[in-house]
Amino acid sequence: MSRPIVIENASLYGDITASLLIEDGVITKIADAIDAPDDAVVIDATGLVALPGLVDLHTHLREPGREDAETIETGSRAAARGGWTAVFAMANTNPVADTAGVVEQVWSRGREIGLVDVFPVGAVTVGLKGEHLSEMGAMADSKAKVRLFSDDGVCVYDPVIMRRALEYVKTFDGAVVQHAQDLRLTEGSQMHEGVVSAELGLAGWPAVAEESIVARDALLAEHVGSRVHVQHLSTAGSVEIIRWAKARGINVTAEATPHHLLLTDESARTYDPLFKVNPPLRTQADVDALRAAVADGTIDIIATDHAPHAAEDKDCEWAAASFGMLGLETALGVIQKALVDTGALTWRDVARLMSEAPARIGKVDDQHGRPLAEGEPANITLVDPTAAWTVDGAQLASRASNTPYGGIELPGRAVATLLRGVPTHLDPQLEGAFA
Amino acid sequence: MRHLLSTKDLSRDDAILILDTAAQMAATQEREVRKLPTLRGKTVVNLFFEDSTRTRISFEAAAKRLSADVINFSAKGSSVSKGESLKDTALTLQAMGADAVVVRHWASGAAYQLAHGGWLHGSVLNAGDGTHQHPTQSLLDAFTIRKHLVTDPMGNDLAGLTVAIVGDVLHSRVARSNVHLLHTLGAKVVLVAPATLVPVGVEPWPCDVVHTLDEAIESYDIDALMMLRVQRERMTGGGFFPSPNEYTRLFGLDGDRLRRLPDHAIVMHPGPMNRGLEISAEAADSPRSVIVEQVANGVAVRMAALYLLLAGEEGAQ
Amino acid sequence: MTGTIMGAADISRALTRIAHEIVERNDGAADVVLMGIPTRGLPIAHRLAARIAEIEPGYDAEHACGALDITMYRDDLFKNPTRTIGTTSVPDAGIDDAVVVLVDDVFHTGRTIRAALDAIRDLGRPRAVQLAALVDRGHRELPIRADFVGKNIPTARSERVDVRLEEIDGEDAVILRKGE
Repeated sequence: MSRPIVIENASLYGDITASLLIEDGVITKIADAIDAPDDAVVIDATGLVALPGLVDLHTHLREPGREDAETIETGSRAAARGGWTAVFAMANTNPVADTAGVVEQVWSRGREIGLVDVFPVGAVTVGLKGEHLSEMGAMADSKAKVRLFSDDGVCVYDPVIMRRALEYVKTFDGAVVQHAQDLRLTEGSQMHEGVVSAELGLAGWPAVAEESIVARDALLAEHVGSRVHVQHLSTAGSVEIIRWAKARGINVTAEATPHHLLLTDESARTYDPLFKVNPPLRTQADVDALRAAVADGTIDIIATDHAPHAAEDKDCEWAAASFGMLGLETALGVIQKALVDTGALTWRDVARLMSEAPARIGKVDDQHGRPLAEGEPANITLVDPTAAWTVDGAQLASRASNTPYGGIELPGRAVATLLRGVPTHLDPQLEGAFA
Repeated sequence: MRHLLSTKDLSRDDAILILDTAAQMAATQEREVRKLPTLRGKTVVNLFFEDSTRTRISFEAAAKRLSADVINFSAKGSSVSKGESLKDTALTLQAMGADAVVVRHWASGAAYQLAHGGWLHGSVLNAGDGTHQHPTQSLLDAFTIRKHLVTDPMGNDLAGLTVAIVGDVLHSRVARSNVHLLHTLGAKVVLVAPATLVPVGVEPWPCDVVHTLDEAIESYDIDALMMLRVQRERMTGGGFFPSPNEYTRLFGLDGDRLRRLPDHAIVMHPGPMNRGLEISAEAADSPRSVIVEQVANGVAVRMAALYLLLAGEEGAQ
Repeated sequence: MTGTIMGAADISRALTRIAHEIVERNDGAADVVLMGIPTRGLPIAHRLAARIAEIEPGYDAEHACGALDITMYRDDLFKNPTRTIGTTSVPDAGIDDAVVVLVDDVFHTGRTIRAALDAIRDLGRPRAVQLAALVDRGHRELPIRADFVGKNIPTARSERVDVRLEEIDGEDAVILRKGE
């Protein structure tokens, strides 16, 4: 078995300073001070914040099909460096993850690499075409034990198909994870429809195209008594609808991405496709509403929508470029900048939003998003909130480099990630401990 | 000036300098010998990702009359259909030593990207990008308006004039360019369009918006009426308005509406016209119509733009 | 020697002499068109026309002057900040078969006149082109000479000759200044 690890003087959740002993992948002791066993690795975590390993409910690993943009291996490395111990891999690969065979392949490959637990998300419909339900039962029963189903990238648009999917996933306590986008209202859309799109002459993606689907799906979930998770909420109106649905007792959860919490549609003025994302960056009023909703719990989780794209899909005209941006390695820093340093969130809130709640929604809360407590699996992220760094797409672990934060300074980052007690990421400053 | 990408970038002084220079250029075009040696040795590339024979020959004439070498690069149906990117095209032009690139592109922002991508050193002149901007079209419109309606045009702006722009504003780079330029030059701009063809987010634009041509004619003293081309495909697939007949009834310029304009008002159209749809033959061919003159002014304005972009000391512009 | 080289009276006398010379050289002034090179060649052309009209009654000074902007013909366009293009105007009768007298304030390297000759060629085909300058300061870089000169002023290359005219500067003077 691996050597024991002692993490000394970490700030648990950013508020209690303590030391942790990790043996055989489990937190065996938490105390003010721990006498390190002889063979132990000792990490001086003074000034570092310890969080339960982060869980990303929304990642695109691109394998199989677009290994030129990302692979399960490069994506896993990016995740580990970003502080994640689990990621949910979206189904829009090629072939689409709409059969037990594909999800098992992704799941096994993730295990083989071992840097992060890769939980495949299954497609709701065959080939993401929105016409026929995929064999969700088979995916649920597979080794990958799929519980979340999403056609992410496209919306499950047909209300009858959406209704059937919501009903069907009840069989195995699953959830439909919806990319809320009215397809007709967004044909050819390039960016948020508003003042900036009007001036730039880019076809608008109206807020109502998201909000109408969010409202419809909440009502459908209520009607059939099922569970829906709304991805990448981007508008103030969607926040209002989720708030209303929750008050009504509907089983709906919602996520926001770091980029929708920091950036606005003003970024499009440079026509740099690095800022092209779906749903699009919205207005400052939307950003403010999302931040408030994250702080008050209306939005349950923060997920990255990490979307790697090959250089040629971004180094082109805005209208010809692919939607999406990298997120795994920058999420913590962006959230710290946008919400922690601004006082909207505590680190304990971050643990809830980026680890506990997503693990619960993804039905992996038996292994992830656990408390930092004795007897729990040692899935731990150490954050240095003072380790400011400047983002450089070329330096990221992802195969792709399409980050919108290039040249921007983020206030902090994950300096160590432990998956079941094994370091999957160690900042150079901590590597010495393992020498 | 290093590039001409958007009329929003132009100050009042910039715009007047371009118009004044265009006036001098126009004067040279009345001579027997219309060719000037000014840009001898300079290479201007017409890079067209979208067909537009009119705009291309206008720029070509402008460049040639200033003695620049002109290379026409039709990216449509050549390298681009094989998948060559904007970046690779730009690098090719850079290798060919283009001093200025006149770019027409189907994508909004392509000219901006070409200018700011770090791929080429030459000046970029936007000849229409998607539904964003078409600065030389609006400059020639302003030039035409000034020439007809301002008593002493040289050095002066369009203060006190009212210009109505009628038609598909949503998809029109001509409208976007004109709103900013005419406003910068002191004119009042009125957009006339069905609400389906006005962009969401138009509120901050420095102009008024009305929804029928009759309302515009009744409510404003229109000095210049600019009719935009209607794309027929917007009616059928797009469903932006019910039928061509209804469009003509509410937004078409016919003899009757023409007679209700002030006597001095001029009628403009960027071309090519859909006679019988947005403009009747009577209006298009009336003495008030300056549509043919707009074409001639286009060459002068483009000569001015090329001169101002290229005739300075390298790096000192 | 620096300072004021010519005063108002000197300039006036020089222009009167040049006007006489133009008339004498061309056996009258019937076909003479004066094309002033902006900026200061323009008022000088007008003054010369007025003087010619005094010598030759019937000479239509009003319609004998034009302006010749040579900006677009310069050979140093790409070595200087962008220049504003001035107005070129030709008398209504045109310049075909006329005797065109180019009028400039200071005759120096000859490059301006070279550009002016090119510009004239695009405007028509005069019978002859002559050159009048208020000051000739030397340092020719091209094989061009003046037909009528107000005053020859030996200068060093580094020195500057400023011609000031009532119409533009509020006074008449030619001043020689030290270079930097």
